[in-house]
Amino acid sequence: MAEMRPPIESGAPDPMQYMHPVMVKNYGKWAFHDHPKPGVLRHRAENGDEIWTVKAGTQRQMDVYTIRLLCDIADKFADGHVRFTARSNIEYMVSDPAKVEPLIKALNDNGFPIGGTANSVSMISHTQGFLHCDIPGTDASGVVKALMDELYDEFINCEMPNRVKMSTSCCEINCGGQADIAIIMQHTKPPKINHDLVANVCERPSVVARCPVAAIRPALVNGKPSLEVDEKKCICCGACYPPCPPMQINDPEHSKLAIWVGGKNSNARSRPTFHKLVVSGLPNNAPRWPEVAVVVKNILSVYKADAQPWERMADWIDRIGWPRFFEKTGLPFTKYHIDDWRGSRATLNASAHIRF
Amino acid sequence: MAKKMHDTPMLDQLESGPWPSFVTGLKRLAKDNDMMVDLMGQLETSYRNTKGYWKGGTVGVFGYGGGVIPRFTELKDENEKPVFPAAAEFHTLRIQPPAGMHYNTDILRKFCDTWEKHGSGLIAFHGQSGDIMFQGVTTANVQPAFDELNEMGFDMGGAGPALRTSMSCVGAARCEMSNYDEAKALRTVINSNIDDMHRPALPYKFKFKFSGCANDCVNAIQRSDMAVIGTWRDNIRVNEALAKDYMAHHGMEKLVNDVISRCPTKALSLKNTSDVSKADGFCSVAVTDTQSLEIDNHNCVRCMHCLNVMPGALLPGMDKGATILVGGKSVLKIGATMGTVVIPFMKLESEEDFEALSELSRNILDFFAENALEHERTGEMIDRIGLVNFLEGVGLDIDANMILEPRSNPYARMDGWDEEVAKAEERKKKAAG
Repeated sequence: MAEMRPPIESGAPDPMQYMHPVMVKNYGKWAFHDHPKPGVLRHRAENGDEIWTVKAGTQRQMDVYTIRLLCDIADKFADGHVRFTARSNIEYMVSDPAKVEPLIKALNDNGFPIGGTANSVSMISHTQGFLHCDIPGTDASGVVKALMDELYDEFINCEMPNRVKMSTSCCEINCGGQADIAIIMQHTKPPKINHDLVANVCERPSVVARCPVAAIRPALVNGKPSLEVDEKKCICCGACYPPCPPMQINDPEHSKLAIWVGGKNSNARSRPTFHKLVVSGLPNNAPRWPEVAVVVKNILSVYKADAQPWERMADWIDRIGWPRFFEKTGLPFTKYHIDDWRGSRATLNASAHIRF
Repeated sequence: MAKKMHDTPMLDQLESGPWPSFVTGLKRLAKDNDMMVDLMGQLETSYRNTKGYWKGGTVGVFGYGGGVIPRFTELKDENEKPVFPAAAEFHTLRIQPPAGMHYNTDILRKFCDTWEKHGSGLIAFHGQSGDIMFQGVTTANVQPAFDELNEMGFDMGGAGPALRTSMSCVGAARCEMSNYDEAKALRTVINSNIDDMHRPALPYKFKFKFSGCANDCVNAIQRSDMAVIGTWRDNIRVNEALAKDYMAHHGMEKLVNDVISRCPTKALSLKNTSDVSKADGFCSVAVTDTQSLEIDNHNCVRCMHCLNVMPGALLPGMDKGATILVGGKSVLKIGATMGTVVIPFMKLESEEDFEALSELSRNILDFFAENALEHERTGEMIDRIGLVNFLEGVGLDIDANMILEPRSNPYARMDGWDEEVAKAEERKKKAAG
């Protein structure tokens, strides 16, 4: 056997070697930026140097031909440098403003939308879904493609009261993230247990420990060690599935999509917030998920019409109150919107503050 | 020559519409890559049956214990043979990106060549923890693909119960809001703890994230166990020319409604320039010939709103550093938790400052490794043991900035009160120098 090659444990690479030279030169010395048009940013350094950024949407899961095409465009217009954002947009930086419009044209001609800056709806951050996840209830790349087709105009324009960040997740573990609008696959039935496999595959005590509501306990089933679920207690979170795949949580019929709103990680104005449930029970309807798009577009249109400048989704709802949010969006308020998990008291209205 | 394409009527529908389509990309790859032909077959089956068909396993590279996400197909025929054999193994290599996710086309083309040769040709920029996801490779090709990427200067990211790949915002590279060298902080912390990434031995995952200001563009506060968020201690800096520019373009109504009245702590006010306060902590900038925007900096919470609305006119102060928050995480298993302040301000300028950050990261990782239960995140551990025990465990002083309000429940033993009062006085004396 050939000798194995030990890895070079270099860790996170130094970005300076890949960064646009104007950014290297002015590292830590920026003084100003503005937003000449959707998808375009202009940053000025203390010494007067300028760099223009053109932001384009991508499909995130990219084939090498797409990446090489994006590289060709970077070589021609952007001195061979790009960067990616946390939401999988690609950014081209150019120091010559004369190159901005030709760069935009080249990207548009090749099918890449320009936008995602300031008060637009940016690219949806997402998970792996059917393409690569081992516990997906739905796809992610497909949901995002379908939704971004619907929200295309909101990406290339800046017509929202403030920025809108969206995410999708293919199960309740929610790797997709917190967002102004989050679309999350939700299990609605307890796991189906294949008792023949549990003893061989699962470390039973760790599965029991994983359950957040103590609904799982060891049991003998057909004379074999297995696990049982108290289905009345079970909240269908799916936490038992990763350490014990015979506890199948995904259900092609009963797994539904839920919409959550008002999350933001920025500290601007209000403190960071988590998104909150507003709609559940939407069908997992591949390949276009039209029912999800209807709800998302409705929420966005009400927010767009009603929020004041600079109000994020959370700021807007905070001003008008949740009853008005449900009223204005026409979405039904149900008993499932009232939290009953630990700490829920903090979410109840312990005041006579009521808007009429 | 690749094998014949499967019928994919559902995926085909995702080729229409204006947004770039990943399906078109998959089809391009499938033209001369059997793995992608069969990957599309399995994906179409998932779409048709609304079911996923991947299971995990153990695949790695020599010398490391993690970083490869193994995927084996579960879609088998009656003889237990894969229905789509060329995609029966479809692993992902998680590779750490440069801080700030900067690339030149030379390195991107090299990535493409390597992944075309050894893998599927499908790359995601980036996963939610920041990894470059080289998606789709057989077990046999994992090692040669990684070797090539590693020789290019790229290292494996994290997976499993380990230190995870990190992210930093664009920060100092292109943003006037940056309060420290985010890339340096990321590389200092990650690269000095790299053994915990490559050899998973922690109770569960641990993430660091680095944002240059409280706008928190990489979502450090919600999605990292230790968040380093840039801030400053002195007065907001002002630029009168740009402030007047803002007024010329937006006018008084917007200054009042969008800037002043949206300040969460009412630290902003409009004053006649002759009346602006010269007291400690106050600063101001003229916006017209007679009027100024006045800022009460002691009452400013560095939320970033006014700086966002008036970029360049208002800037972070000169005394910069970071707030450190611990315990942010996603939902499993107690629900999502936000990071909690454990150090209100940490200077991040000198080599010693970065050394102190590195030491802090090591202390917190060590405490987590020794005290968390299996599959427990740092936020959950703190929930279980209480913040004070955590602070004492890692050797940090308490601070009133760590809470929104003091306890309102009386169920606590407080017989150590006098000793704690003495400690508080001691801290006060120390702070006063």
